[in-house]
Amino acid sequence: MANPTAEKLSRDEYFYGHKACAGCGGSLAVRAALKVLGQNAVSVLPAGCMSAVGFNFPQLCFSNNSIISTFAGTASMLTGIEAGLRAKGYSDFTAVGFAGDGGTADIGIQALSGAIARNDNIIYICDDNEAYMNTGIQKSGLTPFGARTTTTPAGSNIHGNLRPKKNMFEIAAAHGIPYAATASVGYITDFIKKVEKASKIQGTKYIHVIAPCPTGWGIQPDETVEIAKEVVDCGLWYLAEYENGEFTLNHKPKDFSSVEAYLKKQGRFKHLDLDDIKTIIASRDKKWAYIEKNFAYR
Amino acid sequence: MKPYLREQKAFSFDDVPENTSFEAGYLVTVNSGWRSIRPVIDTGRCVGCEQCYLYCPDGVISIQNGKAVIDYDFCKGCGICAKICKIGAIGMEAEHK
Repeated sequence: MANPTAEKLSRDEYFYGHKACAGCGGSLAVRAALKVLGQNAVSVLPAGCMSAVGFNFPQLCFSNNSIISTFAGTASMLTGIEAGLRAKGYSDFTAVGFAGDGGTADIGIQALSGAIARNDNIIYICDDNEAYMNTGIQKSGLTPFGARTTTTPAGSNIHGNLRPKKNMFEIAAAHGIPYAATASVGYITDFIKKVEKASKIQGTKYIHVIAPCPTGWGIQPDETVEIAKEVVDCGLWYLAEYENGEFTLNHKPKDFSSVEAYLKKQGRFKHLDLDDIKTIIASRDKKWAYIEKNFAYR
Repeated sequence: MKPYLREQKAFSFDDVPENTSFEAGYLVTVNSGWRSIRPVIDTGRCVGCEQCYLYCPDGVISIQNGKAVIDYDFCKGCGICAKICKIGAIGMEAEHK
């Protein structure tokens, strides 16, 4: 029984034997993307889980050329690699960066913004696990409202993170980027399709993929993929693309599944009361009203 | 090709690269010790749909002769494959009985 998605991918593994926690969503995103891009991908990994688990000398888990960048410099290092290889006369390669949510939305945002402004021919993938997981679960700019982290603890007065998630996808799109997309490791076929599409487009490409972290989210290792599906099904995340100045929604759930069920499965949301959940549902409905108005559905 | 396990050797100070480059895909340790449960494929039921192959975060599942095969050296026993398998061809068993 052939699987059309699997048939498209390289059978080689480019991220193997790494020391990520069992059930790590980020490592799944990196592995899948590199299987699309193949041997000639040059990957850049800033400080974060994926560099910490992939390069423990002499255990080196990438079988393509890979390099660790400064935390803030993922996109600028991609720019340099792309320009350097081009100057050397290479044309058959892809410069791809894998940064976490903190490395993208907080620390690396100016380098990313600069790369998009220059329209360098790179792919930037943000594997979003919604906090600084590698250093022990601190709040990042992409931590959602209500989530408990070590810097936004949940008590009787304050119920975890007070601020909503930054809209990194639309921030990237607002630059007039050639291609931006959102994805989730729970819908791996959709993610693979988007990486494949990005690899064929000239200019800067940005893909924002939700990659649950069992340790930080307080879920079992085998629930990673389920929860990454559920966040899309309950409407708190959406699968969309931005191309040629237009937003497209790729997946429209017929009826949203229960937000409360999604939240209550995770340790980081256990403390939320009914009012908090109502606030989250209201912000979801507001977001979807915006999507209905401004996104085409195909 | 994928990164593969090399012979264990002691790295002396002179072997450690002075710059930041070293051979890619160089593995010296396995991850099998992380597991408390292991996935076991029921080859009678497996139809080779490759869903487990696509969703394995460690890439340890390959398809050989139309059936899923697991590389137990690097499987961490997360159990995603067992959950993703719609036909129930993957069961999780205790590592030490």
